[in-house]
Amino acid sequence: MSNLLKGKTGDWEIVIGIEIHAQIISQSKLFSGSSTLFGSEHNTQVSFVDAGMPGMLPVINSVCIEQAVKTGLGLNAKINNFSIFDRKNYFYPDLPQGYQISQFEQPIVGNGEIMIDLDGNTIKKVRIERLHLEQDAGKSLHDQHPSYSYVDLNRSGIALMEIVSMPDMSSAEEAQAYIKKVRNIMKYLQTCDGNMDEGSLRADINVSVRKPGNELGIRCEIKNVNSIKFIGQAIEYEAKRQIDIIEDGKVIKQQTRLFDPKKGQTRAMRSKEEAHDYRYFPDPDLLPLVFTDEFVESIRKTLPELPDLKKQRFVDEYGLSPYDAGLLVSEKDTADYFEIAATGSNSKLVCNWIAGELFSFLNKENKRIDESPVTPVNLGKLINLIDNGTITGRIAKDIFEMMFKSGDDPMTIVDSNNMRQVSDEGEIEKIVDLIITSNPDQVKALEIKPNLMGWFVGQVMKETQGKANPKAVNEILIKKLIIKD
Amino acid sequence: MAKLNELCLHEARDGLKNKSFSSRELITDHIDMMESSRSLNAFITETPEIALKSADSSDEKISKNTNGPLEGLPIGVKDMFCTKGVLTTASSKMLSNFIPPYESTVTNNLWDNGAILLGKLNNDEFAMGSSNETSFYGPVINPWIKNNDKSPLVPGGSSGGSAASVAAHIGVGSLGTDTGGSIRQPAAFTGSVGLKPTYGRCSRWGIIAFASSLDQAGPITRNVKDNSILLESMCSHDLKDTTSSSKEIPNFEKAVGKSIKGLKVGIPLEFIQDGMSDEILKMWENGKEWLKKSGAEIVDVSLPHTKYALPCYYIIAPAEASSNLARYDGVRFGHSVSSDDINNMYELTRSDGFGEEVKRRIMMGTYVLSSGYYDAYYLKAQKVRSLISNDYNEVFNKVDVLLTPSTPNSAFAINEKYDDPLSMYLNDVFTVPANLAGLPAISVPSSKDKNGLPLGLQLIGKPFDEETLYSFANIIEESSSFESIDNKWWLQK
Repeated sequence: MSNLLKGKTGDWEIVIGIEIHAQIISQSKLFSGSSTLFGSEHNTQVSFVDAGMPGMLPVINSVCIEQAVKTGLGLNAKINNFSIFDRKNYFYPDLPQGYQISQFEQPIVGNGEIMIDLDGNTIKKVRIERLHLEQDAGKSLHDQHPSYSYVDLNRSGIALMEIVSMPDMSSAEEAQAYIKKVRNIMKYLQTCDGNMDEGSLRADINVSVRKPGNELGIRCEIKNVNSIKFIGQAIEYEAKRQIDIIEDGKVIKQQTRLFDPKKGQTRAMRSKEEAHDYRYFPDPDLLPLVFTDEFVESIRKTLPELPDLKKQRFVDEYGLSPYDAGLLVSEKDTADYFEIAATGSNSKLVCNWIAGELFSFLNKENKRIDESPVTPVNLGKLINLIDNGTITGRIAKDIFEMMFKSGDDPMTIVDSNNMRQVSDEGEIEKIVDLIITSNPDQVKALEIKPNLMGWFVGQVMKETQGKANPKAVNEILIKKLIIKD
Repeated sequence: MAKLNELCLHEARDGLKNKSFSSRELITDHIDMMESSRSLNAFITETPEIALKSADSSDEKISKNTNGPLEGLPIGVKDMFCTKGVLTTASSKMLSNFIPPYESTVTNNLWDNGAILLGKLNNDEFAMGSSNETSFYGPVINPWIKNNDKSPLVPGGSSGGSAASVAAHIGVGSLGTDTGGSIRQPAAFTGSVGLKPTYGRCSRWGIIAFASSLDQAGPITRNVKDNSILLESMCSHDLKDTTSSSKEIPNFEKAVGKSIKGLKVGIPLEFIQDGMSDEILKMWENGKEWLKKSGAEIVDVSLPHTKYALPCYYIIAPAEASSNLARYDGVRFGHSVSSDDINNMYELTRSDGFGEEVKRRIMMGTYVLSSGYYDAYYLKAQKVRSLISNDYNEVFNKVDVLLTPSTPNSAFAINEKYDDPLSMYLNDVFTVPANLAGLPAISVPSSKDKNGLPLGLQLIGKPFDEETLYSFANIIEESSSFESIDNKWWLQK
C-alpha cells in the first residue's frame, strides 16, 4: 500500500501523529463538584475551585479515574497503578488558577494500540503512546463587547483525556480512520460522547514530511481542527505546504499552526521560540494517584464488547460480509439497532435496509439512528412481512416511508391501507387480460421490442398499486403474451 | 477587678462555664484592649460588631448548657484564613479588597465550637517573611521591648500579628500558619506558645496558599494547656483537602501534665551552629536539665542533612509559591490595574499588587522550575527533602522527641534585617526542617536574654504525636517559670 505524494523532486511520505482531547462523560468536573452540562448560561457551572479563588483546593473525582482506566483498557493500553498530577503553568484569562492540572511524566495510561479500518477491507495498527488526565480551561468570548473580552468558566475544570498516538499514520484517510476509531471505542465504552460540534472531542494534528526511508522531518502541530472533514483538508494542505517549502530549498520551521476552515488552509500561530516554558511540577495539592490491580480488573469486567470483536461476531453469527459488519459496528448505536432488528428476522435483509432506506431517510431528516421514528423492532417486522410474502418488496418501501413519518407498526399500516400482496392468480389474470385488450398497439410492438415486457409489468403493478406478487405477474404475462396459450 | 482579657484561654473558658462573667463582658474587655493597642498594628480588620453579636449568642448557649468547647472565647485569626464576609487580605495590596464568600475549614471548626472572631491579624505578605515587615499594612510591633533600649522590635513572622496580639492579651489565643517557622519563630519572639501540627492535621481548605506541601495551620496561645485546647478544635478530617489526615483526633488537653519519665529526648548535634550565642546555648542546656530532672533521658543524635534544609526550603517554597500566586492576575478578584492589552494588564497588576519580598520569591520560584534548571534545583531539592525526612524517620526510631532552640536569636529591631534577605532567611534555620519533614513542632518560652527579651525552645515530634510535644512543653513551661509581659507601654490612654 502506498500513500506517497508526488513532488517536483520525487515521492514524499507524510508522517502524522495525533493528540485527541476527549471530554470524559461525568456528571461533575475533574476536581470539583460543578456540573458539566453543556449549553448552560455563561458562568453558571462554576465552583470556587473552578474560578481559582484563594485557598480553594482540588479534589479528584473518582468517576473520571474510572473512565480513564476504562478508556485505557479499550485502547489495549498499559494501566499505570501509580500516576502523578502536575501543574502546567501559564497565564491566560480563561485559566483561572494560572496553571492547568495535567499529567506530565507519569500518566495514568501508558502504551497501547488499536486497529484502524481502511477502505472497507484493509486494517492497520496505530500505536498509542499514552493517555493522561487533565482539566479543561474556560472559554474566552471576544464577540460580546466592542472593546472587552469576556470569559466563560463553565468549561473550566471539566475532565479531559489527552490521547497521544505514535506518528504511525501516513495519509489524511488514515488519520481520519484513527480518529473515528478512537471516538467509536470511547462511545462504546461510554467514556466520551465524541461530539466534535460541542467540543467534547478535539484533535491536534502533528504533520511532517520526509523522503521515504529518511529520518523524521520537522513537524508542525495543527490546532483547532474540529471535524473529521477538516482534519483531512488540514493534513493535505499542510503536507503540500511543507513539500513545497523543502523543494524550494527552504527549511520547515517548527510551529504551532491554526487551521482556517473557510480558506481550507493552515496559518502560523507561534513558533518554537515563542513556545511557553510551562514549568511543569507535581501538584502539591494532590497526592499521587494510586490504585490496585483489583481496581483495574473490576473495571475490565465492566467493559462492553468493543467494535473489533463485535464485527467478528456479526460475521460469524449473522453471516454478514466483513464490509457490512464493519459498517454496522462503526457506530455503536447502529450495531445495537441492527441486533434488535435482526432478532427473528433475516439479518442480511435487515443490514441492507439499514444501510439503504434507513440511512437515506435519517440523512435527509438529519437524524441520528437513536432518534429514528422506525424502531428496530418495527423494521424487523417489516422485513418479516416481505420475507413471508405478506407484502411485496416494492410496497415495503412505501410502508417504510409511512413508518418513518408516523412511527407506526408496519402491520397496522398494511391492514389499514389494504397493502397485502396479491398472489391470487385469477385476480392477476383478470387485470392482465384487461391491459392486453385495452392496449393492442403495445401488444403488437412487443413482437419487435421484447423489452416492452417491463411496461406491461409496470401497468399491472400500477393497477394493483404495487401489491401484485411480481413473480406471479411475470409468469402470467409470459404465458399470455409470449407463449400465447 | 482585673480586666477579663488578662485571663488565659482555659481560665476564661472555666469562668464562662461557672458563669463568673458573661461572654459579652469578656469580649468587651478584649475589644477595649484591641482598640487601645492599635499602636502595635497587630490587626488589619477589627470585627467588634461580629464579636459582640456572637457573644450574646454564646451567652444564650451557656445559659441553656448547649455551649461548645470554646464557647464565647475571643480568637484572633491570621489574615491568611478566608473568613466569609470579612475582608481577607493576606496582608497584600493584591487582596486589599477581597471579601471571601466562604469560610476556611479551620475557622469554621472554631466557630462551630463556639469561638468568637475578634479580628483579622496582620502578617507578612502572603506569609512570606520572618519579621512581619513585608505586610502591605505596615509592620507589627512586638509588645516586648528591651530593658534599656526602647526602639521598637519585630514580633517575628510571618504570624507576627497572631503572636503579638496573644502576648499583648488581645484574644485568648490566635490562629497562625507555619510554612517554614511562621508560628514558632514569632511565638519565640513574643514569649508565646506556638505549635505547628503534623502536615495534614489541620485542613488547608480556605487558607490562602503560600507553599502547599509545607503550609500548616496552628495555634498560638499564652500557655501550653491553652494551646492543646485550641488545637483540638482546629483539627478535622476534611474531604475538601486531600492532604488532610483521617487520623483520629486525640484529647490533646489530657497530654498536658502527663509524665515524660523514661522517654528519650534527642539533641541533634547538627543544630549547634557556628557563632551561636552563649545565651542560646545556655537556654538549650537548661532545657535538657529540666527534662532530665523530670525523668527523661537525653541522647545525642545526628541529622546529617540538616545543613541542606534551609537551601532546600528556599527552592521548594518559592517554587510552589510562584505557581500558587499565579491566580492573582487581576481578572476575577482582588487588585487590578486595567490596560488595553492582557499581558500589560497582568504586568501592571502584579507589579503594583505584590510587594518586594513576594516578587523576589516568585522570581526565585519561577527560575528553579524553568526548563534547564528544574533538574538542578527543584528536582534536587525534592531529593534532599526525602533525605531530610529519612534522617528524622531514623532518629525517631531511637528517641521520642527532639529538643532544639526555636531561633538563633531573640527579636531584632524593625528595619535591622529588612534589606538583607539572606540574614532574614537564616532566622528560619531551626524551624524549617520540621516543615520539610511534615513533623509537628512547638516553641515554648524558656527564658529571657540579657535585654529581657523572650527566648524559646523547640520540640519536634513524631508524625501525629502532638500529645508527646504537649507533655514535654508543659515540663519546660513549669520549669522555666517564664513571666509574661507586665509593662504595657504601648497602651493608648
